[in-house]
Amino acid sequence: MTTLPTSTDRKLGLVIDLDTCVGCHACVISCKGWNTENYGAPLADEDPYGADPAGTFLNRVHSYEVQPETGATQLIHFPKSCLHCTDAPCVTVCPTGASYKRVEDGIVLVNESDCIGCGLCAWACPYGARELDAAEGVMKKCTLCVDRIYNAHLPEEDRVPACVRTCPAGARHFGDFADPESHVSRLTAERGGIDLMPEQETRPVNKYLPPRPKDRLQEQVDILAPLLAPVSEDSAGFFGWLDKALDRLPGAPSKDETR
Amino acid sequence: MHPAPSVILFTVMSGAGFGMLAFLGIGLPDVTGWVAFTFFAIAYVLAVGGLMASTFHLGHPERAIKAFSQWRTSWLSREGCCAVFTLLVMAVYGAGLVFLGTRWTALGFVGSFASVLTVFTTSMIYAQLRTVPRWHSPMTPALLLSLSLAGGALLTGQEKAAIALLVVAGAIQIMAWLKGDGALTASGSTLASATGLGTASTVRAFEPPHTGTNYLLNEFVHVVGRKHGLQLRVISFFLMIVLPIGMLLLPFSHLFAALAVLSHLAGTAVSRWLFFAEAEHVVGLYYGKRTT
Ligand code: SF4
Ligand code: SF4
Ligand code: SF4
Repeated sequence: MTTLPTSTDRKLGLVIDLDTCVGCHACVISCKGWNTENYGAPLADEDPYGADPAGTFLNRVHSYEVQPETGATQLIHFPKSCLHCTDAPCVTVCPTGASYKRVEDGIVLVNESDCIGCGLCAWACPYGARELDAAEGVMKKCTLCVDRIYNAHLPEEDRVPACVRTCPAGARHFGDFADPESHVSRLTAERGGIDLMPEQETRPVNKYLPPRPKDRLQEQVDILAPLLAPVSEDSAGFFGWLDKALDRLPGAPSKDETR
Repeated sequence: MHPAPSVILFTVMSGAGFGMLAFLGIGLPDVTGWVAFTFFAIAYVLAVGGLMASTFHLGHPERAIKAFSQWRTSWLSREGCCAVFTLLVMAVYGAGLVFLGTRWTALGFVGSFASVLTVFTTSMIYAQLRTVPRWHSPMTPALLLSLSLAGGALLTGQEKAAIALLVVAGAIQIMAWLKGDGALTASGSTLASATGLGTASTVRAFEPPHTGTNYLLNEFVHVVGRKHGLQLRVISFFLMIVLPIGMLLLPFSHLFAALAVLSHLAGTAVSRWLFFAEAEHVVGLYYGKRTT
């Protein structure tokens, strides 16, 4: 059913910390691996060893250059997967009912055996979170690793999304946003988590934590700095004499090279 | 957006086909027997041919029947339901005209209304998408409806109506182009809003996620041929509106009437190509491909 639930019992989703992400793309690879080997059609690779490789990914990491008004430029790595929107436009446009949002936990899924591969849901998603698989002809998207998080066959610590489990920097957090006391709700509140493209009115569940302000180089590095200042700026005194004396010796660099 | 030939063909052909049915349903022209058969055959070839073409771009056309199920929320599903309903009603109505020589007026009106509704549902598939600001406007249904009716009038030989509708469609087309050019900026979506990194900073796309291309870039970030946009607009407007009006104003001849139809359909195809090729999907922002 493509009618959106008015509310969901839980709101499972991710917090992605733009301050912590180091841009290693480990989540991209673990997501591709898990979702190729497990639930649903495998994620295609087209021409993987050729000149023009392409393929389906449910999670991709962009990188952006951010120039503040003052201070140094920053490089921000930006992982992006489905945000499991509350008002998911991708669901309501689907003609077959293949796309749906679950009432129990808010996860947005595609039933691949109903999908006709019309691609309209990918048109409706502002975030580029859906990709039509070139080999299977069905729509692929992040499942929030629904086949891990409830999987009793996995050890407890593995019952989180593959990307979250893999991230070496701890930049991805999984939890229930409907519970104000959950880890993800508290992180969002403390760090001022934001929605992407709020003007699209999708009300994403996933939140992004903005990068923290960076440290600044101080004018004076150390209180001992004045004592460590060079004794001689000009070529006078002992060091001046030494400099000149060494210059006169054979093998000394020419004047130009010393500049 | 990627201008897929199958979708361009579909919207142009079925637009004209349902436009024809809209006129035939209200008895314009008032024909029966073999003449009626010819008119209905052309309308069905266009409408059904267009619908068939639209299934070419599906990943799983064999499951297309499922697309009739979600009419509660999905304009694509509504379009499918409306199209099939219209074709069935008009088939019965046409059979009456062709084989019995009787005109079931009420049924014709229902079919005519359903034809217009079908074109409207098609236009809403595009107009509903907030992600494509150029399409997310009442201009989209206005344009597709006026072009469909103008095409229908031309094909059914309704000269006066055709001239009037072409003038209206031409005016709407120009408005749609002008309004569309500022739509992305007006939508408020920028790289800054897309990333949330724009507070007191400027953001620039530094590296895309992968070195190669992907589905998103192929489907949504079409830029080829945009630089010829203005020329193509002029060509399309001339073929779609100006030339057909000119030919209709000349003393009637079957040759000119046929040329007017062909010119209009060719111009509409160019306009439809631009409709897709010039439409900017906001996902392009993430790839630094939209300069606003
Ligand atoms: S991020 Fe895109 S695919 Fe995911 S729920 Fe939102 S609109 Fe749908
Ligand atoms: S591609 Fe599949 S899931 Fe997406 S709208 Fe079409 S039928 Fe629904
Ligand atoms: S939750 Fe699972 S499917 Fe979604 S991005 Fe992470 S690894 Fe991929």
